[in-house]
Amino acid sequence: MKRKDDYLERRAHLANLSDEELKARFWELAEKLVDPMLKMGYEYTTPAIERSVLLRMGFSSIEAKAIVDGCVENSLIEHGAGNVVYRLAKAKNMNYREVGVQLSQGKLWDEAKAQFKEV
Amino acid sequence: MSEYKMLPDKNIDVKEILKDLESYRPRRRGWTWRKPVKDLKMGPFTYKEASEPLKAGVPLPPAHYFGDIDPQPTPVITTEIASGRFEDDIRRMRMAAHHGADHIMVIRTAGQSHFDGLIEGTPQGMGGVPISRKQVRAQRKALDMIEDEVGRPINYHSYVSGVAGPDIAVMFAEEGVNGVHQDPQYNVIYRNINMIRSFVDACESKKIIAWANMAQIDGAHNANATAREAWKVMPELMVQHAINAMFSVKVGIKKENICLSTVPPTATPAPCVYMDLPYAVALRELFTGYRMRAQMNTKYIESSTREATVTHVLNMVISKLTSADIQSTITPDEGRNVPWHIYNIEACDTAKQTLIGLDGLMDMVELKKEGYLRDKARELKERAVLFMEEMLEMGGYFEAVEAGFFVDSGIYPERNGDGIVRKIDGGIGAGTLFKRAKDYMAPVTAHYGYNNVEQYDKNAVKDPASLIGGCTFEKPEKIVYIDELDEEDNVNLRMDAVAEFRPGFSNKIRPEMEWLADGIVMLTMFFPAEKRIAQAAALECAKQMNLTEVEVINCEIMHPVEGTRIEVKGKVPFAIDIDKLVIPKEPEVISDAEIRAEIERKPMRAVCATVGNDEHSVGLREIIDIKHGGIEKYGIEVIYLGTSVPPEKLVNAAVEMKADVILASTIISHDDTHYKNIARINQIATEMGIRDKVIFCAGGTQVTPELARKYGADEGFGRGTKGVHLATFLVKRRRELEGR
Repeated sequence: MKRKDDYLERRAHLANLSDEELKARFWELAEKLVDPMLKMGYEYTTPAIERSVLLRMGFSSIEAKAIVDGCVENSLIEHGAGNVVYRLAKAKNMNYREVGVQLSQGKLWDEAKAQFKEV
Repeated sequence: MSEYKMLPDKNIDVKEILKDLESYRPRRRGWTWRKPVKDLKMGPFTYKEASEPLKAGVPLPPAHYFGDIDPQPTPVITTEIASGRFEDDIRRMRMAAHHGADHIMVIRTAGQSHFDGLIEGTPQGMGGVPISRKQVRAQRKALDMIEDEVGRPINYHSYVSGVAGPDIAVMFAEEGVNGVHQDPQYNVIYRNINMIRSFVDACESKKIIAWANMAQIDGAHNANATAREAWKVMPELMVQHAINAMFSVKVGIKKENICLSTVPPTATPAPCVYMDLPYAVALRELFTGYRMRAQMNTKYIESSTREATVTHVLNMVISKLTSADIQSTITPDEGRNVPWHIYNIEACDTAKQTLIGLDGLMDMVELKKEGYLRDKARELKERAVLFMEEMLEMGGYFEAVEAGFFVDSGIYPERNGDGIVRKIDGGIGAGTLFKRAKDYMAPVTAHYGYNNVEQYDKNAVKDPASLIGGCTFEKPEKIVYIDELDEEDNVNLRMDAVAEFRPGFSNKIRPEMEWLADGIVMLTMFFPAEKRIAQAAALECAKQMNLTEVEVINCEIMHPVEGTRIEVKGKVPFAIDIDKLVIPKEPEVISDAEIRAEIERKPMRAVCATVGNDEHSVGLREIIDIKHGGIEKYGIEVIYLGTSVPPEKLVNAAVEMKADVILASTIISHDDTHYKNIARINQIATEMGIRDKVIFCAGGTQVTPELARKYGADEGFGRGTKGVHLATFLVKRRRELEGR
């Protein structure tokens, strides 16, 4: 888009605002701009977020990447990669780290999928 | 854990730092500000805006005139260190800390933004360092020792951006990183990472940043560096700051940890303060409660380090006239190469010098409350508001980016149609968003968004990590440490390759600018010729001096034909054997009491002057004045004749006053004037028959003892001489003459 500087016409509705009112408007607009992104953040997840969850659960970056890739391949990522590890470990009554390491090695995926069949 | 302790008079041992890293834990989390001290007294001065002094540090060059004081300004001072080899950067960090840096920012290697996951090990970087757990851990561990040495906490900082932002944020929180760059707009505009992915990832990253109490710096300054006419993006800069600031607050970062990365947008020869100050004022008025990270202008940086330094000083005048919580520094060689050690230090000194030099400024001046400054600030704010209004009319941020709204070179609402365009469904990482299912769950601390913990345990809702007995944030022992992955590209091999130069362990040494034993030197030359001839001649000169990999790094025209100033860099192929060096002895010093006793036994009278056509007086006064610890304090009688005294007059005065000592200060060294003066005094004194009756000493910054003696003085005194050195010599020399 190309446009000449029409600031003087455009500002008409701001001209009578006090500095404080202008500042309030500035922040009100900023809030409106970011709210949709925050909502998306609340509702969605990404491979990076899921890897960060697995890191916090005590997996190495290499294990975390392999588990998340497996979750994507097996359409389980919407449940949360940490959840996949956690639920399977509970079901198998195993240490969750051991389960995660096996998943990272390409094992146990059928069992993992079975855990999320109902949803 | 290793028992290694860094010692003040020993090189830091990087090999020791790298030991036992698997068991290292950071001592704290979160950001630390400096502690201001009201009306700080140092030496004869009172400072209005200084912070707690350092325990150890290197003061500014003239500090020895003021009792070696080293006042520290109140803003945190940043230095950006990343040569590509983190192991060498560790030594630079120690130097920078001693020069006043307490915020060490590590630039990432080119391409890390697009690396989908954490980098492990210690590969070499390009234009920065590959940020990995091992590298971060080693540098944080070294900084723990360095901060103990200087007596001030040092903030360690890098980037949470790219397609692995949340991964990196977790690693940083675990490893005690104190500050980060985090701004999803940076990913979108400059790294072409899918915009939705960037913002969704940023929610998680910011949540982690908030938990770890890190300071966050945004990326708005990049618009300034990218736009064709940087001063025209001022309204947009405020919008970018606002988006990241509001977004961060809503995720949970405290306002006082959210720092706006703000640059005075323009530079000389534009009337830059006139243009930049209204912007700085407008920004600070809109963003109350947030912190200002005052960055320096890089947009217009050229290869002249002098010019860059002046721009940066002007930038700090703006900081001082408004405010800065963090004063960033840009190395003056940024326009030439990946910064060198010496320029990091220069930049830190420039910041310290300027901010301390301007101490108390705002006690004396204030910004006008009406007129151009106010009107312009108001206009910029209104333009920013209009910018956001139109964004919302278009449907929001994503739609505005798609329409090329950002980094357009027109001053909004003017549009030149040259903004950066990104597609909502395009960019790296597009199509990697997944809607969370009803049973989505993440059993960890500091997780953003929907998290159905309830399905497992109602009591764990407030503490999801309790499901797994605590995550790495509560139980750091759960962190998995990876040492190295690449057998051919790692710190061990790099260090082995230069092991024969290991500082503090080797007798071999080589010049260094960025990496141990890199051999890089810089030469400054002037040629009485036009630019192209001068450049070619400079390269040829350097080659004939046996330098390799020679490059011209700066070229300034003194006159289109009369002359050109050139700086070249190159590498020396040889090493120096320290054991074979002839190092002059440290000057001998006898005790004050002993000197006094000698003067009491037999008085001593000295006539002194700065000789020739030379008006320098400071050095000589330093040596003689009692208040500077000069020779008067030992009871030596001093007759000071002043400056520009002819040698004849000095010797005549010695005869008339029956002086025991002649002291000549000679600073000007052009055409060997200083040594000619020394020879002249010696000659006159000999002709007048007093040479064997007086002790004749000469001093000056360019005087060396060997040459002063060669030209007839009893002794010469160069840079760094103190009264006690001269008094020691005088007393000893008189004993010799007396045959005692």
